[in-house]
Amino acid sequence: MIRKSYFRSIAVGSTLLWITVFVVVPYVFVVLFSFLTRDPEGIVSWIFTVKNYREIVSPVFLKVCRNSFLLALGTTVITLFAAYPFAFVLSRVNRRLQRILILLMIIPFWTSSLIRTYALIILFKANGILNTFLLYLGLIDQPLNILYTQVAVFIGLVYTLLPFMILPLYSSIQKLDRTMIEAARDLGATSKNIFFKIILPLTMPGIIAGSTMVFLPALGLFYIPDLLGGARSMLIGNFIKNQFLTTGNWPLGSAASVVLTLVMFLFIYGYFLSSRRAHTSGMEGMP
Amino acid sequence: MRKTLRSVYLAMIYLFLYIPILILVIYSFNNTKYSTNWQGFTLKWYTELLSDGPLMEAFANSLIIAVSSSVIATILGTLAAVAFYRYRFWGRKIMYSFIYVLMMSPDIVMGISLLMFFITLGFKTGALTLLLAHITFCLPFVVVTVYARISGFDRNVLDVAKDLGASELQMFRHIMMPMLMPAIIAGWLLSFTLSLDDVIVSFFTTGPYFEILPLKIYSMVRLGIKPEINALSAVMFALSLFTVTVSHFLIKENR
Repeated sequence: MIRKSYFRSIAVGSTLLWITVFVVVPYVFVVLFSFLTRDPEGIVSWIFTVKNYREIVSPVFLKVCRNSFLLALGTTVITLFAAYPFAFVLSRVNRRLQRILILLMIIPFWTSSLIRTYALIILFKANGILNTFLLYLGLIDQPLNILYTQVAVFIGLVYTLLPFMILPLYSSIQKLDRTMIEAARDLGATSKNIFFKIILPLTMPGIIAGSTMVFLPALGLFYIPDLLGGARSMLIGNFIKNQFLTTGNWPLGSAASVVLTLVMFLFIYGYFLSSRRAHTSGMEGMP
Repeated sequence: MRKTLRSVYLAMIYLFLYIPILILVIYSFNNTKYSTNWQGFTLKWYTELLSDGPLMEAFANSLIIAVSSSVIATILGTLAAVAFYRYRFWGRKIMYSFIYVLMMSPDIVMGISLLMFFITLGFKTGALTLLLAHITFCLPFVVVTVYARISGFDRNVLDVAKDLGASELQMFRHIMMPMLMPAIIAGWLLSFTLSLDDVIVSFFTTGPYFEILPLKIYSMVRLGIKPEINALSAVMFALSLFTVTVSHFLIKENR
């Protein structure tokens, strides 16, 4: 007996409709626009071209790209090295304390990164806390100019994105099968071997998930260099924003967004490969 | 020795994350406009917030958008999670992976894609486009939160209900809804927080006549720091602290 269910139709229909209209179609727009020509009169004209992509590999854009890429890479590496041992230690803390510590990590994860960036400004200002403190200690004899430099942008990215590395790492490290490590040790494996042959491959999905959640925003969070870096340091995010808000070059901005999306798919692909290798399934490591 | 080293390391990371916020909160009570020194406790900046008309309007707008987008996203997201779990339909797998892609995709790409979509269709950016955009980026978080709880379900319960003649709607209302409630509320609170805090997607999808708080803060901070912003930021932090803590315990209850 097949009964027609309105509930089923509504549940399935609304899901399909919303994702199609507000996710799929807009993304198709991005891809489509990236192949169109800019029209100074209107927005775009329907002349297909790959010019925008060629412009992306031009020296000017590549310079922006390189700078932004290096910043994002640096942020990812630093947060990974800081977060990995941290997540390990965290997973060994006793249960009750662990619960509180996890909550303390989830809070900055969800708190507005704009506000957290703003907090850094107060800290870094010439007459801000950090300088006052360092001067007081006598470590420096004149105020450091951190604010409005690349260093400030870098610290800002690390500061806002660290929880995004820690939480996925923690959830994959916590799932590690301890008995496997003990077995390896009993069979005479060295610590180095245990780490590289067992722990690292098994936590690779967490590493990739965390890196994705740090690397991609580190390319796109345009307000961090806007607020901390002055005009010089630009991210791909600032570049895209400018194409839409200042120069009005939608096709070029779209092409840059397509590149960003491709980078994302590369990460997702790496994630699936590594999680298949680690014999896990689904999207583990995602908070 | 090793144990001390570990505790020190944990403490250092937490200090790194919390000291700036702590200083921000402390300074919001400092009775001085420019100096970094402590000049005594005051609530002046908080009362000044309340009398700042445009700021209060932006706050009200933000609340309206956050409440309505989180409610709609929660309804849609819960239905979607149920649909993904219970029904086999065309495009199910692809749609489900879109949910994850949506969560991972850079905010800026989502922002510009929606901007182009709205403008090409002839929408004026403003409250409505902002609302639609916020619903869209909140949706995956609700789906994932609710789906995580649903997949722990005992399928037999639903089979029994079906054998006894329950309709899909009845099953949803009388069995799934009550069991899913903690996850639904958690998803709702997270959506509320996300919506209230979002900068990047909102930046592209709202118009000049509909100001919301994060964008207002963004433009104020670019002009320099003011004690009022400290107070405002402290309020927003407290709000996130509350919603995140509550939703955390609701999700924990799932397990």
